[in-house]
Amino acid sequence: MTIFVYDKTFEGLLTAVFDAYSRRSFPDMLLAEGEPLPLFYDEAVTICTDDAKVDRVWKGLQKKLSATALSVITVTWLSELPQVDILLFRYIRKAIDTPRTIELNFGDPDVLEVSKIWRKVTNERLRVIQFLRFQKASDGTFFAAVKPIYNVLPLTLPHLKDRFADQCWLLYDLKRAYGYYYDCRETTEVRFEEQEAHLLSGLLSEELMDADEKLFQQMWKTYFQSIAIKERLNPKLHRQNMPARFWKYMPEKL
Amino acid sequence: MQSEMHGHGMENTWAFSVFCVWKDYAYICPLIPAIIMDGRVLEKLKILAESAKYDVSCASSGTSRKNRNGAIGSAAGWGICHSFAEDGRCISLLKIMLTNYCMFDCAYCINRRSNDIPRATLTVTELVDLTIEFYRRNYIEGLFLSSGVVRNADYTMERLVRVVKDLRTVHRFNGYIHLKSIPGASQELVNEAGLYADRMSVNIEIPNEKSLQLLAPEKDFQSVFQPMRYIQQGVLQSAEERKRFRHAPRFVPAGQSTQMIVGATPDSDKDILRLSSALYQRPTMKRVYYSGFIPVNAYDNRLPALKQPPLVRENRLYQADWLLRFYQFKVDEIVNDAYPDLDLEVDPKLGWALRHPEQFPVDINKADYEMLLRVPGIGVKSAKLIVVSRRYSRLGTEQLKKIGVVMKKACYFITCRELPVRTINEVSPEAVRQILTRKAGRKKVDDRQLILPFQEEP
Ligand code: SF4
Repeated sequence: MTIFVYDKTFEGLLTAVFDAYSRRSFPDMLLAEGEPLPLFYDEAVTICTDDAKVDRVWKGLQKKLSATALSVITVTWLSELPQVDILLFRYIRKAIDTPRTIELNFGDPDVLEVSKIWRKVTNERLRVIQFLRFQKASDGTFFAAVKPIYNVLPLTLPHLKDRFADQCWLLYDLKRAYGYYYDCRETTEVRFEEQEAHLLSGLLSEELMDADEKLFQQMWKTYFQSIAIKERLNPKLHRQNMPARFWKYMPEKL
Repeated sequence: MQSEMHGHGMENTWAFSVFCVWKDYAYICPLIPAIIMDGRVLEKLKILAESAKYDVSCASSGTSRKNRNGAIGSAAGWGICHSFAEDGRCISLLKIMLTNYCMFDCAYCINRRSNDIPRATLTVTELVDLTIEFYRRNYIEGLFLSSGVVRNADYTMERLVRVVKDLRTVHRFNGYIHLKSIPGASQELVNEAGLYADRMSVNIEIPNEKSLQLLAPEKDFQSVFQPMRYIQQGVLQSAEERKRFRHAPRFVPAGQSTQMIVGATPDSDKDILRLSSALYQRPTMKRVYYSGFIPVNAYDNRLPALKQPPLVRENRLYQADWLLRFYQFKVDEIVNDAYPDLDLEVDPKLGWALRHPEQFPVDINKADYEMLLRVPGIGVKSAKLIVVSRRYSRLGTEQLKKIGVVMKKACYFITCRELPVRTINEVSPEAVRQILTRKAGRKKVDDRQLILPFQEEP
């Protein structure tokens, strides 16, 4: 068994692909630096992430795959699922080795698995776009916190920048403790040294809120309650469409 | 404007925003602060949302519009549901009436003049601000505005137009706007509204003119179809102009929709779906919505006393509607003189398949896309996947399952790589129906409830 040890970044993965081809030996297992090695193995190769190699692999893939398939790869990576790296490794290897593009061959288990994970991640992206709620702070910034299953914040930015172009906002991932700040021009990735209360709870305290914020939250909640038709109440469908894990940060469900 | 001048320091927001537009300085004051809202608006909001909630058309789809010059908003092309009400329905737009006062007396409507209910009217400014502030917080995709009729059709319509015009021109709001046209409104006002709204609608409500006049004495088909024609004319005209001048204004880019109430009159599904199908022949009709009748005015004995809104029937109508729009079915294949009503027990596609065993089994590896679509258990997505995947290798049961085909259903109607299973022709349609409805009965999914397909394209 051949093991590659790498830094668990996407760039690291592409470097691993490069090294595998130049060594002509392919990993059966990918491990993060520091992860314990299994008891029996033939060879453990340490991969040093290298931008030049990353670049060459990516350029090679661009010749083999459509832009859609390339984005499928990066989106799937963001799932952060434990086995997703070796899955993508196999996918990329098949893409390189097969003369005809593999991206639509759903008879292939790896292609199918990648497309399934891709779908899950894009669904989670959509849910964040649907259910994130901005709270207006007294300094005019709109703050929203979410706790997505997958690392989808980067995927939501183009939509949010387009839609909320003329307001400053901070979108924060409570699970991964980082976020993006938009200043009406561009977004910057941000991390905070000090974990203030709203970076833990996801909710602004009343002192931090803009004067009208509470009222708008109340109005929205009132609206939400009035719009339901009581003859057709259906808690099950409600839950199914709007998973309970989002409720904690939605004023209508607080 | 008096009430808006005090409170919150010096921001006289009204003057501020007008200044921006007049001087064309809009870009230096991007954040137009909120006008002071208070508890009275909250109360009005409650009343007017209650009054608007029976209108089911919620999808905010059909327009794709990028943000312009850093102003507020965009329309995403398909409807985004920002919340789901406790009845499970999608909340995409702020669905609200400008006023629920109404001089008409439609028997099926909660807002009819003979009802003693709380009434309220929002000012144009209040409504505009609510929309913008909700939008900025990502509560909504935009506004769905309707109104009771006050004074006369044009008076009411004019005020609706003022709201949407304000949103678009003063506040440069780019989100989605659905405007319900007032029956009997003039062509001029419809034409003006169409410049600002993404979608307009006129509800038919009752699929038969006699029944309509019985229940809504102030309305007739003319008052419904006339504004529909105005909207269509506006759209076609603008499309013509845009061919010549690229910058000619767009007119209701998401087309129009309408709604029919189901179960308030003796009309059959055939009557309803034939009307829908005829409406879909028109170039601008994008959606027909079906609303299971809820007896909000139980005292009115022109209407049936239903214990429960006919939700299963409503759901079957939506499914049939999908077959019309996305599965290339003709209306007479779904309902006809021999089968005037949809089968409540099985979905209309399965119903068609059971009536047409001679069309099956379908060979998954050969059949064309149109025929794949007709197989129970195969949806648009799986049909497309089948067509691309079978180029690589012949497909078997395992792959079909992975692709997302519901094999429990499909197995009676297909052949694939493996030996043929027992198809509908060996088992007999009656037996297949029995097996499949028994299964469905055990499932816990409550299909009485409406599943609103909010994605315009499957
Ligand atoms: S005109 Fe509209 S609001 Fe007025 S009673 Fe009829 S349906 Fe209701």
